[in-house]
Amino acid sequence: MFDLLWLVPTLPLLGFLLLVFVPLPSKIAASVGYGTVGLAFLVVLSITNQFLESPPQDGQFVQHLWTWMSVGDFQPAFSFHLDGLTIVMLNVITGVGFLIHCYSAGYMHDDASIARYFAYLNLFVCAMLILVLADNLLFMFLGWEGVGLCSYLLIGFWYKEAENGAAARKAFVVTRIGDTAMAIGLFLLFAQLGTLNIQEVAVRAPALWPQDSMMVTVIALLLLGGAVGKSAQLPLQTWLPDAMAGPTPVSALIHAATMVTAGVYLVARTHALFELSTVAQTVVVWIGLLTLLLAGLSAITQSDIKRILAYSTISQIGYMFLGLGVGAWSASIFHLMTHAFFKALLFLAAGSVIFCLHHKQDIFEMGGLWKKLPLTFASFVIGCACLAGFPYTSGFFSKDEILLGAYYSETGGPLIFAGGALGALITAIYSFRLIFIVFFGESKTEPDAEQSKIMQIPLLILSALAIVGGLFHLPLEQVLPTGSHELAHDQDHLGLTVVLWIIPLLGIAIAYAFFYAKWFNLDGLANNTLYVKLQNFWRGGWGFDWAYDHLIVLPFKFIAEINRADIIDSFYGAVVVVTRQFHRMSSATQTGSTRWYTACMVLGLIFTLLVAVIL
Amino acid sequence: MTSAAVSMDEVMLLAGIIFSIGLVGVMVRRNVLYILMSLEIVLNATGLAFVAAGSHWGQPDGQIMFLLILTLAAAEVSVGLGLILQIHRKYDHLDIDQLKLMRG
Repeated sequence: MFDLLWLVPTLPLLGFLLLVFVPLPSKIAASVGYGTVGLAFLVVLSITNQFLESPPQDGQFVQHLWTWMSVGDFQPAFSFHLDGLTIVMLNVITGVGFLIHCYSAGYMHDDASIARYFAYLNLFVCAMLILVLADNLLFMFLGWEGVGLCSYLLIGFWYKEAENGAAARKAFVVTRIGDTAMAIGLFLLFAQLGTLNIQEVAVRAPALWPQDSMMVTVIALLLLGGAVGKSAQLPLQTWLPDAMAGPTPVSALIHAATMVTAGVYLVARTHALFELSTVAQTVVVWIGLLTLLLAGLSAITQSDIKRILAYSTISQIGYMFLGLGVGAWSASIFHLMTHAFFKALLFLAAGSVIFCLHHKQDIFEMGGLWKKLPLTFASFVIGCACLAGFPYTSGFFSKDEILLGAYYSETGGPLIFAGGALGALITAIYSFRLIFIVFFGESKTEPDAEQSKIMQIPLLILSALAIVGGLFHLPLEQVLPTGSHELAHDQDHLGLTVVLWIIPLLGIAIAYAFFYAKWFNLDGLANNTLYVKLQNFWRGGWGFDWAYDHLIVLPFKFIAEINRADIIDSFYGAVVVVTRQFHRMSSATQTGSTRWYTACMVLGLIFTLLVAVIL
Repeated sequence: MTSAAVSMDEVMLLAGIIFSIGLVGVMVRRNVLYILMSLEIVLNATGLAFVAAGSHWGQPDGQIMFLLILTLAAAEVSVGLGLILQIHRKYDHLDIDQLKLMRG
C-alpha cells in the first residue's frame, strides 16, 4: 500500500494538467477539481490505515522515484518520506482540502473562470503535498515555492480589480524575503554538512556541532526566517490580512488550514537543528508570543469579517510557534491539525455569510443572522468555541498542551505561560465579539436562503471534526522528541488547568458584556482621542504596514525615481552609442553608386598588387 | 608551330590591355548597356589569358576554363540584358548614377 505514495501528489497534478490543457464545461471542471483531490484523500486514508495497523520499520518509509540532479556530492532526489508527521499533514491537506474543494464547487459555481480556479487549487494541493512528502530540503523547497506561487495566483484570482493584484504582489514579495533567508540557510547547511537529506541532517548535525554553537544558531535562524515569512509571523506578518482579497475558500485552504502552517511544519521537521540552539528556540518563543498578542489585539478592532479571521490565523500560528519554541513539538502539530479543522470551518462559514449577503464583508452591516442562516450560525458557534478554547472542544486540548508545555519548559516559564493565557483571553473576546455582532442584535440585511448541499455538507463534516478533533491521537512519538508538555503530565498542574478552564468562559463573558448586553458602552469613548488613536493603531496592524512603507518602500521608490536613468545602465548605453557611431560611418560607404564601388574595387586591387610587388 | 608564333609575354600584355580597357569602360561609362559591354570585354581578356597560359604549359585546362567563361558570359549577358530591359521600362533611362536605391 505504501508503494502508492507517489499517487498522492500525482493525482492533483493530473487534475491540474487536465484543467489547464483541456477546455471543460464548468460543471465537469469542478468535478475534476474535487474528484482528483478526493481520490488522493482515499489513497491517503488507505496508507494511513496501513501505517497505523502495521507500521513500517522505524516508523518510516522512503519511496525513491529518481535522482533529480547529480553534481558531484550533491544528489538531491525526488523521493518521498513517510512517517507519523507526514501522515498527519497528508490527512489534513487532502482531507480538509477535499472538503474545501467541494465547498468551492458551490461557492464559485457562477464564476466564468472556474476551470482556472480549480487548476490553481489542484496545483496548490500538489505542491503542498510535495512540501510535506519531500525527504530532502531542496525538494521541499520546490513545494515551498510552489505553494507560494499558487498563493499569489489565487489571491489575485479576481485580477481585474487592481487592489487584488497589489495584495497578491505584496504576499509574494514579503514571503520572498523569508524564502531568501531560507535559501541561504539551505546553502550554509549543505556547505557544512554536505547533505540536505532531512534524516541525514538530523544525524550529522549533533555530531558536528556542539550545543549552542554559532553556526547552528545562524542556520536555524535563517530557516526560521523562511518559516516566519510563510507563516505570517512577526515581522513578516503584514501580507496575510491583505491576502483576504482572494476567494473565501482559498483563504480557508491556503491562508488558514495548510500553507501558512508550512512554517510550523518546517521547524518541526528540522527540530534537530533547533534543539541544538537555545538562542533559536528562545527567538521562536518570543516571535510566537509577540505575534499572538499583537495579532489578537488587532483582531478585536477589525470590522471586516475576513480580516478578523486573518488576524486570528496569525495569532493561532503564533501559538504553534510558541509551542515549537518551548519544545512542545507534538502539541504544536496537534494545534496545527485542530486549527486546520476549526479555522477552515470558520472561513467556510464566513464564506457562507458573504455569499448570502452578496459579498458584503463589514460586520457592522450584518446582525441578527442566526435565524436566517441557522446552519452557518451553528458552524460559526462551534468554530469560535474551538478557537476560544472552550472546554472539551478540540482547540481547548491543543492550546492546553502548548500552554502547559510553555509553563514547564526551560525556554518558557510562568511569564510565557501568562502571555499565552492572556492571548487566549483575547482570542475568546474577539471570536465571540464576532458572533454577537454578526448573528445577534438587530437585523440590518436580508440574506439569501442558505446554499446548496455541496456547500452545507463540508460545514457539517468540519463542525464534527472541530468538536471531536481533540480526541485524535497523532502517531508522532517516533518522529518528534518527547516534548515539555508530556513532562508536564507528571506534575501536579491542577491550578493551571483551572486557569485554562476559566479563561475562555471569562472571555466569552466579557464579549457578552460589551457586544451583546452592552453594559459598557464603547460609543461614549468615540470622542476620546486616545481611544480612537489606539483603535486605529491596532486596526492598522500596529503600524507595521506604515513603517514598512516609510522605511523600505518609499525610500526605494525615491531612489528609483532619482536613478531613473540608471547609472549602471549608462555603461551599456555607451556601448550602444559607440556601436551606433561605427555603424553610421560604415553605412556612409554604402552609397548605392555602382561606379563608385567599381572604382573602389580597382583601387583596392591596384593597392594589393603594389603591396605584393614591393614586398 | 610556325615561326610566327607570338611570345607568351606579348599575349599577356595584350590581355592586360584589353582587361584595362574593359575596366575603365565599367568605371567611366554611365549607361548600363555600355557597362555590360565593357564587362564582356573584361571577361574575354581573361579568357584570352587562360587560353595562352594553357598553350604555354601544354595543358587543356586553359581551354576548359575559357569554355566555362564563355558559358558564364552568355548567362551574364542574358540576365543583364533582361535587367536592363526592365530598368528601361521602369525608369525610361539607363543612367547608373541615378539608380541609387540601395544607398545605405
